[in-house]
Amino acid sequence: MTAGASPPPANQPEFVPGAPPPAALTTDIWRGIARDNPVLVQLLGLCPAMAVTNTLANGLAMGTATMLVLLGSELFVSLLRKVIPHEVRITSYVLIIATFVTVVDLLLAATFPDISKALGPFMPLIVVNCMVLGRAEAFAAKVRPVRAMADAVGMGLGFTLALVLISGLRELLGMGSLLGANLLGPNFEPWVFMVMPPGGFLTLGIILLCMAWFTDIRRRRAQEAA
Amino acid sequence: MSNLAWIFVSTLLVSNFTLAMFLGLCPFFGVTAKIGTAWRLGVANTFVMLLTALSAWTLNTYVLTQVPFLRTIAFIVVIASGVQIVEMAIKKFSPVLFRQLGIFLPLITTNCAILGLALFQTARQYTLAESIVFALGGGMGLTLALSLMASIRERMDVADVPVVARGMGLVLVVASVLSMAFMGFAGMGSAP
Repeated sequence: MTAGASPPPANQPEFVPGAPPPAALTTDIWRGIARDNPVLVQLLGLCPAMAVTNTLANGLAMGTATMLVLLGSELFVSLLRKVIPHEVRITSYVLIIATFVTVVDLLLAATFPDISKALGPFMPLIVVNCMVLGRAEAFAAKVRPVRAMADAVGMGLGFTLALVLISGLRELLGMGSLLGANLLGPNFEPWVFMVMPPGGFLTLGIILLCMAWFTDIRRRRAQEAA
Repeated sequence: MSNLAWIFVSTLLVSNFTLAMFLGLCPFFGVTAKIGTAWRLGVANTFVMLLTALSAWTLNTYVLTQVPFLRTIAFIVVIASGVQIVEMAIKKFSPVLFRQLGIFLPLITTNCAILGLALFQTARQYTLAESIVFALGGGMGLTLALSLMASIRERMDVADVPVVARGMGLVLVVASVLSMAFMGFAGMGSAP
């Protein structure tokens, strides 16, 4: 997975200010999926999370594309972390990200032209997804490539899962189908509202409210048990 | 209605950048706690959008016809340097405003509304005049959405909300209602 990664000198830990504490690779992966989920917990990358999630296929495509961009850019940011001067680091990260977005954009247009057309300008907009730049700056620039890749896998999966959840709910309620297959039968009156812009805000809002509710219940149970 | 006026009204209200196209959600949720900062950031954004529209049109017409695959990279470089120039200009001419905007000024670079403006203007093949009007409408639409949201949130701070609902969940539901209100303008037709 990281053939190009240069192995650091053994038994010599790196001293990087602000670096994340050492952790197992599985911890790095799980953090992105659950505890620090980019969309549902950190509220990053909300624009694509709502703009293109009116059908499950679009949500899945956007999630996968973002994950590919994340993998490529975190790997390269981590590999180049000692080369990039501190003053121009953000510009350099943005350029690295933009390069990978272009690659993934052309790749998608060549393999799935329909989905590429449906996503339209939101595909190149991955460049300004704050989650990607945030991970580059906060994590990949401070750790070895292997950990950066683990983080990219976790964050990418977490982002995709959140998008699948939102787009699945919206397509199911808004059109009564999933991935285009009708599930709720002919008697179901589609809630067209859900596939329109306000439905996006509402779906994520209700998901966040439910999460806050569950957290509150768990906190109270813990208090009663103590 | 003439084409230019229609583009303006359409981007300002019917397909508002923030509430209908989900562009610029980061400042929409991040900077709308106070009305004062909200509209100032909106104005700064509008200014950067005008610059971007101008440079994106120039790039599209004179440079990118040769190398269309460099579009994303070219746009983001131009936007990043444009924001840097605006930042330096504000710092020089109005240090007070510079201090008030603080971190949000460099963050305009990663505001999807700016890059989105350049990309949509390319996709719709706007002329120079149309691009400028598109940027003006988009920027003012963003300012409008930011100010509305900030006003609602200032009221919400003193409202009696259940503890569980205090936070982003409720803000998103409010945004949904606001977006629903803007959908009322859809009857005017869709963007050309």
